[in-house]
Amino acid sequence: MSGLDFLHLSAQFALLSLLSVGGVSAILADTQRLLVVERGWLSDAGFAQGVALGQAMPGPNILVVAVLGWMAAGPLGLLACLGGVMLPSTLLVWRFSAWARRNRHSRGLRAFQLGAAPLVLGLTLAGCVVLARPYLTEGLWLGFALLAVVAVGSAWRPKVPPLVWLALGAGLGALGWV
Amino acid sequence: MKAPRSPWHLARVCNRLALQGFGGILAVARHEFVEREQWLDDDEFLELLGTAQVLPGPNVINLALMLGERHFGWRGIVAVLAGMLLVPGVLSLALMGVVLAHVHHPAVQGALRGMGLVAAGLLLGTCWKLIAPLRRSAIGPAWAFGLALAALALSAVWRWPLGWVVLGVGGVGMALAWRRLAP
Repeated sequence: MSGLDFLHLSAQFALLSLLSVGGVSAILADTQRLLVVERGWLSDAGFAQGVALGQAMPGPNILVVAVLGWMAAGPLGLLACLGGVMLPSTLLVWRFSAWARRNRHSRGLRAFQLGAAPLVLGLTLAGCVVLARPYLTEGLWLGFALLAVVAVGSAWRPKVPPLVWLALGAGLGALGWV
Repeated sequence: MKAPRSPWHLARVCNRLALQGFGGILAVARHEFVEREQWLDDDEFLELLGTAQVLPGPNVINLALMLGERHFGWRGIVAVLAGMLLVPGVLSLALMGVVLAHVHHPAVQGALRGMGLVAAGLLLGTCWKLIAPLRRSAIGPAWAFGLALAALALSAVWRWPLGWVVLGVGGVGMALAWRRLAP
């Protein structure tokens, strides 16, 4: 991997940054495409592990990108992925937040927000598919059941911290049940 | 209303709130900024959040960035980023290092499998929160869910790069919304 590779990767993440409406969940599927499908720096299982570990720690969810970048290519990978994903959105907030604040009821910004909502839902679902696919192709029905229980449970009881669900999954997995 | 005393003060508060946030960081941010530090009142918080949501990037970080920029300019931006990302990032990497050092152990592999499945389940759970507003979206539920399915298929099945999915599906959505919002 040369310096050029890292520059290319950070440019791709910079593009993702501008599309990360609502945070990291909408760009997970494309992160997997960049790191696993396009470059092969991570396996499908490694990707899912990185996401799980990133979610198990306190802090903003965007740190999932830092963990994945490090797992894929060490410190430079972390810099390329996290730097790429944070820089454009930060610059945008820095330069345009005053403007966005004055115009947040304008037709253009409302159309942007309304129009992006279906996209964010679809991309988040795509992230689920990408995360679950390596496990579910093995056809273990208990894995399906765990996924479904967590999905329904976390939607039904949003106050339960995600760490509780992750601990449940870690326990069941360590016992070899899922 | 009070104000952060220095960028360092701002960074410490951001660090504290990030370390409390296991997933639900938004509620923690409201508690820290509105109730504990009293830098914002409820209306200001909602107004900043509304703006944070229309801009790309993580919502809570965007909100804190606007707050930091207002008080300290670029030094506030640096303070917020450092406070939010530095300590939690180091902790995440340390945990990752410990876990991956023992990955040859079958129980650790099993635990990671289970956590991966839970991560997918949690993501599916968050979709529920995204579905409710779509049902009363100005572009109509049929269009909204149709576009969501199109984005899912293009991204997960056909593996289109995100840029094209956004231009295609987002473009249609925004054009529809623009027309429906006509004054």
